[in-house]
Amino acid sequence: MDPNKKRVDSLFPDEVLERVLSLITTHKDRSSISLVSKSWYNAERWSRRHVFIGNCYSVSPQIVAKRFPNIRSVTIKGKPRFSDFNLVPDDWGADVFPWLSVFATVYPFLEELRLKRMVVSDESLEFLATKFVGFRNLSLMSCDGFSTDGLKAVATHCKNLTELDIQENGIEDLGGHWLSCFPESLTSLEILNFASLNSEVSFDALEKLVSRCKSLRVLKVNRNISLDQLQKLLLHAPQLMELGTGTFMQELVSGPLTELKNAFSNCKNLLTLSGLWDATPLYLPVIYPACARLTFLNLSYATLRSVELANLLAHCKSLRRLWLLDTVGDKGLEAVGSCCPLLEELRVFPADPFDEEMNLGVTEVGFISVSRGCPKLHYTLYFCRQMTNSAVVAVAQNCPDFTHFRLCIMTPGQPDYITKEPMDEGFGAIVKTCTKIQRLAVSGLLTDRTFEYIGKYAKNLETLSVAFAGSSDLGMEYVLGCPKLRKLEIRDCPFGNAALLSGLMKYESMRSLWMSACNVTMNGCRVLAKQRPMLNVEVIKDEESDDSQAHKVYVYRTVAGPRRDAPPFVLTL
Amino acid sequence: MSSISLKQHHNNMLSSQKMDQTKTTHNQDLNFKATELRLGLPGSESPERTTMKNMVAGAKRGFLEVDFVKNGEFFGEKKNHDSSKQPSDQDSVAASKAQVVGWPPIRSFRKNSMAAKHTKNEDDPKEETGSNCVYVKVSMDGAPYLRKVDLKMYSSYSDLSSALEKMFSSFTLGQYGANGVPARKWSSESPLMGLLNGSEYVLTYEDKDGDLMLVGDVPWDMFTGSCKRMRIMKSSDAIGLGKS
Repeated sequence: MDPNKKRVDSLFPDEVLERVLSLITTHKDRSSISLVSKSWYNAERWSRRHVFIGNCYSVSPQIVAKRFPNIRSVTIKGKPRFSDFNLVPDDWGADVFPWLSVFATVYPFLEELRLKRMVVSDESLEFLATKFVGFRNLSLMSCDGFSTDGLKAVATHCKNLTELDIQENGIEDLGGHWLSCFPESLTSLEILNFASLNSEVSFDALEKLVSRCKSLRVLKVNRNISLDQLQKLLLHAPQLMELGTGTFMQELVSGPLTELKNAFSNCKNLLTLSGLWDATPLYLPVIYPACARLTFLNLSYATLRSVELANLLAHCKSLRRLWLLDTVGDKGLEAVGSCCPLLEELRVFPADPFDEEMNLGVTEVGFISVSRGCPKLHYTLYFCRQMTNSAVVAVAQNCPDFTHFRLCIMTPGQPDYITKEPMDEGFGAIVKTCTKIQRLAVSGLLTDRTFEYIGKYAKNLETLSVAFAGSSDLGMEYVLGCPKLRKLEIRDCPFGNAALLSGLMKYESMRSLWMSACNVTMNGCRVLAKQRPMLNVEVIKDEESDDSQAHKVYVYRTVAGPRRDAPPFVLTL
Repeated sequence: MSSISLKQHHNNMLSSQKMDQTKTTHNQDLNFKATELRLGLPGSESPERTTMKNMVAGAKRGFLEVDFVKNGEFFGEKKNHDSSKQPSDQDSVAASKAQVVGWPPIRSFRKNSMAAKHTKNEDDPKEETGSNCVYVKVSMDGAPYLRKVDLKMYSSYSDLSSALEKMFSSFTLGQYGANGVPARKWSSESPLMGLLNGSEYVLTYEDKDGDLMLVGDVPWDMFTGSCKRMRIMKSSDAIGLGKS
């Protein structure tokens, strides 16, 4: 450690300070620490091992490298969240390579990389695999730009790989050969998740890999893995804590189900279960022996009906997190309310988001049932076709501890279907009653009143998503008053320049603002950009839209200045 | 702040807001806007400026602008533009059915998984490993194991038959003709006659209804849509299926 860093006037020798600080892990705490004094700032920066970059354009790799010399683990998030829903064009940016090339020089001992919504090429993956000798953990979520060839490089070269977690990426799937690239000498794998890859891998290679990696605790396979194959895998890895199955249905019952049931029963450490593609009443019971211990059950790819779910949940007393498809209906949610008193998180996804005829899904009735039976509920994501204010009010009262409330009434601008009123009072109740609310997604017919409530009551709100709502600029002005607001994403709302500019003093305390299909103009954006040089005000140009309109606006604070890699359709004002 | 009656709000919903940079929009000005009779979403551009693009699956740049609100339902409408970027008619019509880009907010992976589910029947042995693969099993009487082919890889019966010939030639005694199957349109006569001419085998398939059919009777596209598995049968077992 650099002797110049020792300060005679400091109360602690720096080594002691660094040792103490190494126990502090959250980046919020570390940020606070770094502000105390210069010596604390230095001690903090030398002892930091993990850096979290919430917006890849808010800072440059060079700045990060300069401040933090000893990083072993990096998390980077790239594109705005609405890119998940195709609102951001391809080639927008967020390429990870510039980061990797700096890291190769400054952090040759980098062990962990966690990326979300970044563009990752095969070349980047190969670079990562070959330049960082001790590399161990790779997690890619919602990324795109790579193919299974990139995974081949990682499997081949990362001799100490402990984690390969590939989730929901826009990946070019050229086949399952990548898995066979893990050398026989690799025994260190602890986490392997390839559930969202489509191609079949060599089962022989997978089976051998699983049996030689004795520390494997998370295994999530893809749909091509059959029940028979799953059984073999479970025999090799009874120590698993998280399991994602392949298809949970097969044409011919090749062996007695008792063997499969025993395999599940032998997994004494299993806490999380997912996959369960195509699960039917015939096969679902094989998991019952493992259900009592489960804390997280992801059934969002299993088209279960209410009865099947009820039978299953009767065994799941310890459940804390549950993800479902709305095929279970309100009756299924009633079962949730009665069987899972410890439930903290519920997500209900629509099986047929674009086709109403197929299945009604869940309604306000199911929502209320869950809230009655699960008072500890604090996280919900709920897709429905109808909702009422009184139901949302009831849910708020039954579950006052909500931190994340994401309600999606699927038809834009739909009112309370019974009273025909806007959903203002429902969301108002949420923010009034649930004082810990941190993340909110609103939907349905909403006037400015909803936003007035949010601005007034949501003191802890950090993330807000708004779509097809509001009546005037006031709506947005209200929410910009939320003291802890960090991320605001808005689409298809009548908020114009006045609204945008009302946040002039606010945006630097936020991570980012997204506004698309609103009433903001180029002139409004230029005014903002001129007044606030520490913000990047970017407009994504649309081929056929009016030149004076700012169809998609992305505003974020940055210390890195305007983007140098912006494509032609992104204008930095 | 003035409260807005539901009716006024409804009018707002139905009116497009004019992009007027010089006027600042205050709440008090809403009445002025509300009396303008236009069509469009709050926040959407006025009709003459909205466009419609091709909502091609997987293409992130194409998107559909919603033009009309009707009884709380949303649907887009096709507009004609002279732009050379004109989307194809078929895709536009398909895309215009009540779909707003990125709404409901569901990630692509989930959307694609759900789509794959719906094209699959509960009981059929056909599998889809990706959004564009149609794998069917092919068995041959007397052969020790089955094969699987992706019907989407082939564009015609002659393609398919050459592939099958290659796959299964090891199981016969070279009775398949060396000549390639002449390209011809589907007909009531099995187009695989060239392949199986004089051999003991006939190519059959099981269709959606579970019936055993002779390959080649229906147009190729209809075949790929209804074929669940194929079976290379001994001719002696296939009496009555078709001309042999």
